[in-house]
Amino acid sequence: MAQNSNTIRYLTPVSVDVKKKKYCRFKKNRIKYIDYKDPVFLRKFLNEQGKILPRRITGTSLKYQRKVATAVKRARHLALLPYVTDMLK
Amino acid sequence: MLNQYETVFISTPVLSDTQMKEAVKKFKKVITGNDGEIIHEENWGLKKLAYPIQKKSTGFYYLIEFKAEGQLIAKLETEYRRDEKIIRFLTFRMDKFAVAYSEKKRNKAKNEKKMEEN
Repeated sequence: MAQNSNTIRYLTPVSVDVKKKKYCRFKKNRIKYIDYKDPVFLRKFLNEQGKILPRRITGTSLKYQRKVATAVKRARHLALLPYVTDMLK
Repeated sequence: MLNQYETVFISTPVLSDTQMKEAVKKFKKVITGNDGEIIHEENWGLKKLAYPIQKKSTGFYYLIEFKAEGQLIAKLETEYRRDEKIIRFLTFRMDKFAVAYSEKKRNKAKNEKKMEEN
């Protein structure tokens, strides 16, 4: 019975999931300025510990990632966002 | 060269309304008394802090947008530091996108008010 699971073999691994292309939401929506006063929006760029998510996950372009980072840091300074936390989401 | 700045300060929650108004007046005076021009101000009221500052979990937020020379900032910030009522502040120069954004936001708020009146 255990051998049955090994009967089907592929020469090349079958790609099941077609990856969705990531895009920069600021470029797409033509947002020029990222407001630090809106913690609900900035939360999209944080993980549940309150750390800033890397570009490779959010898909933000480098230019806007820098702006996101400054906005998050300003919000943290004014206690709109926490520096460290657990279960932010 | 005049720059446009935005400053936000958080004051202690123990203040009464009149004390808060006095504090706001004082910092506005620091700006206007040093050739600054106030463009916009906003009272966010009492807000919960994301983490405790000086063992306080809430604070009054107040925002002022102004145009001034760069030398004013140092004066303003020393005033902030001297004042015990201020627990946190942030001042920064607005770039052209920030100026456009805040203008747009203000116009929007104005239009909404007009709509309500009509």
